[in-house]
Amino acid sequence: MNVIESHVTSYKTLGIILLLLLLLTTITINVTSYNLKLWNVAIALGIAGVKGYLVLTYFMHLKYENRIIRAFVLVVFTLFITIFAITFIDYLYR
Amino acid sequence: MINANDNPGYVNYLNYRGKYTGIRAWILSTDHKRIGLLYLYAITTFFSIGAIMGILMRIELIAPGPTIMGPQTYNGLFTVHGIIMIFMVVIPGLSVVFGNLFMPILIGARDVAFPRLNLFAWYVYMVGCALAILSQVLRHGPPDTGWTFYAPYSLNTGTNVIAATGAAFILGFSSILTGLNFIVTIHRMRAPGMSFFRMPLFVWAIYATAWIQLLATPIIGITLLMLIIERLFNIGFFEPSLGGDPVLFQHLFWIYSHPAVYIMILPAMGVISEIIPTFSQKKIYGYRAIAYSSLAIAGVGYLIWGHHMFTSGMSLVAIWSFSLFTFIVAIPSAVKVFSWVGTMYKGSIDLKPPMLYALSFIFLFMIGGFSGLVLGGLATDVQVHDTSFVVAHFHYIVFGGMGYAFFGAIHYWFPKIYGKIYKIRRANIAWALTFIGFNLLYFPQFIIGMQGMPRRYFDYLPQFQPAQVVSTIGGFIFIAGFILMVYNLIMGYRKGEQAPANPWHGTTLEWQIPSPPPLENFEEIPVITEDPYNYK
Amino acid sequence: MEEKPLHHEEPRDDFAAKMGMWLFIFTELLLFAGLFLVYSVYRFQYPIFFHQAALELNVTIGSLNTIVLLISSMTVAMSLTALQKDNKKLALTLLFITILCAVIFLFNKYIEWGTKFEEGLYPGSPLMLKLERGHLLFFSLYFFMTGLHALHIIIGMIILLIAWFKIKKGTVNPGKFMLLENGALYWHLVDLIWIFLFPLFYLIT
Repeated sequence: MNVIESHVTSYKTLGIILLLLLLLTTITINVTSYNLKLWNVAIALGIAGVKGYLVLTYFMHLKYENRIIRAFVLVVFTLFITIFAITFIDYLYR
Repeated sequence: MINANDNPGYVNYLNYRGKYTGIRAWILSTDHKRIGLLYLYAITTFFSIGAIMGILMRIELIAPGPTIMGPQTYNGLFTVHGIIMIFMVVIPGLSVVFGNLFMPILIGARDVAFPRLNLFAWYVYMVGCALAILSQVLRHGPPDTGWTFYAPYSLNTGTNVIAATGAAFILGFSSILTGLNFIVTIHRMRAPGMSFFRMPLFVWAIYATAWIQLLATPIIGITLLMLIIERLFNIGFFEPSLGGDPVLFQHLFWIYSHPAVYIMILPAMGVISEIIPTFSQKKIYGYRAIAYSSLAIAGVGYLIWGHHMFTSGMSLVAIWSFSLFTFIVAIPSAVKVFSWVGTMYKGSIDLKPPMLYALSFIFLFMIGGFSGLVLGGLATDVQVHDTSFVVAHFHYIVFGGMGYAFFGAIHYWFPKIYGKIYKIRRANIAWALTFIGFNLLYFPQFIIGMQGMPRRYFDYLPQFQPAQVVSTIGGFIFIAGFILMVYNLIMGYRKGEQAPANPWHGTTLEWQIPSPPPLENFEEIPVITEDPYNYK
Repeated sequence: MEEKPLHHEEPRDDFAAKMGMWLFIFTELLLFAGLFLVYSVYRFQYPIFFHQAALELNVTIGSLNTIVLLISSMTVAMSLTALQKDNKKLALTLLFITILCAVIFLFNKYIEWGTKFEEGLYPGSPLMLKLERGHLLFFSLYFFMTGLHALHIIIGMIILLIAWFKIKKGTVNPGKFMLLENGALYWHLVDLIWIFLFPLFYLIT
């Protein structure tokens, strides 16, 4: 069954998202000039995570997509985290 | 419902004459049923080649010391035997043959979501197989690393590792494409009224398997790529002298290869879930439990890869966690076994060949499964790791499990695929030979494994010889049974009696259409109004 | 007997195509996940060396590439919007800009890698093999991951080019735009990977 796109993302929304992404990029570059030890990694990955979330949600249209696709993304993300965590159970406690 | 075969004017998928003729009509066909048969013939061929390798190993092992070959040849043999059996036979196996042949029919569809991608996946598979065969004959000699390609040996051995790992990479890509196709098909193309919980259990199995194919295979893909690049450019990922960690290779390898065994076994369990209700003429017991347990096995299966690595030097916390979850994953499998037995209880059992194979599946799978618990326990694993106990375990589970389910599936669906029937008595004899041979072949290996017989060794202490002899004899008995089985099926195709559309009185959709199926499966897409397995 | 049609025309299922593309994207994400895992393990084992090695990378070019890719993600998304609004000319222009951004990215990468090669730093080079192990692993990961990423940029570019020509021809249009939508999804994937590559290689100083 053919489902014609019911939602078209506006130019305005896309533009705003780009500005947000550029802002976050600037922040993440600037934070590296401060030595916050372990927090540097956490902040860098955190900001990357937010940027990734924006790309997925708005550019890749997930916000307006059928729930099933969002469920799939969640499954993949969970798998990713799980594999990382389990591998580090080895490396952290050696 | 069409009463099949009373419409002799229909065109079935074997007879259909389209744009192409001759061989091109087959290798250019996007019909899921023809593609399923292309895979069937390829896989049967490769299984036979792999079995020959196995028999050669068995002959070598009949006596200590060199018997018919030297150690390098033996190492090459067990490597290629593994590569063929794992990557070319058992992982694609049931999914690409019976998933292709029947999953669309079971959900009331005319084909898969992406028929051309389906054919493309077969070509990718054949290219991968060709490269694997090529790895045996290219300049540097067959790989001798085992199918597990452990670093650092696989980085330093002079043999054709790149060809073999390249082949596995390509085969993985084929697996991904099939998984992708099946997931979309099941989500988008079920007949009206067929909710997820009205799908036959074989479809549930194919669905869970497709997710593993999709999500696990990329990890082995990138790992093999890393191995190839490291062989070429010394990037140091797994080479200790360059700072790398060989155990990291093992992690990455098994993050795929453990879920891969569920790719092997889930469709097999799906087949059993189809055969048992039919030959008990009774509704499956615990439909939802079986459906959920398929997903549970797929999910928990991602958490336990380290049980292949207990002696590799991982942290105590890691080995403890992996052992715990390995025990947990046995539970959903047990749920299935209980459900199958529950189905048979007070059913009207008919011991036709498919049922014989299904029952032997349960027996062999359980032996394999219990031995898996021995391996899953840390203290016991240390004793049997890298011994022929492990070899016996995985042959019982994979060969006794997936293999017997495959034999059961071909005997079950043969009349539907070809519209003919094989000789039942001959099939029973073949079954008996393979069953006896199988157990003689592998059970002794449990015993000498516990006594210390190492795996992948071409030589051994004289005290292990009696068991090795029994095992080799068992191998030959099995081969005799297998040859008889294949002969029976081929004769069934060529000279067998015409089969009715529903010879086993099944209730799922494939039995409601003529044998062989029409080109597009259904004249009209059925509307589903009840649960499957509704035996009156 | 009546001629029954052998072939039924299946109605086009655009959502199936989109679902298929998302599933394929998952496989690409997991492909890179393996590399990110290797990176994490070795970063964990060689933290100081990774930090030192990262200083040798050019943050300016890295940042420029990040910005270029983010812009290209917006332009390809806008190109889809334009096509859906039946503005063919704008769609083609925006798509062209996207492809141009890809070329700029690749050119920057060429400069970056070129500098390293000139210094004698490339996978398997004698200089590389003499490095401290943590440095060697950092640069091996750098070349492997950015190289694989660049390969995906090229693939994405090809898909978008095909889309460009089909839009021009009219076979991709407001009533049938799955190729552009799925091509754009693939492009966003490439951007997504870079969003994580960038801080992990350039910003751990």
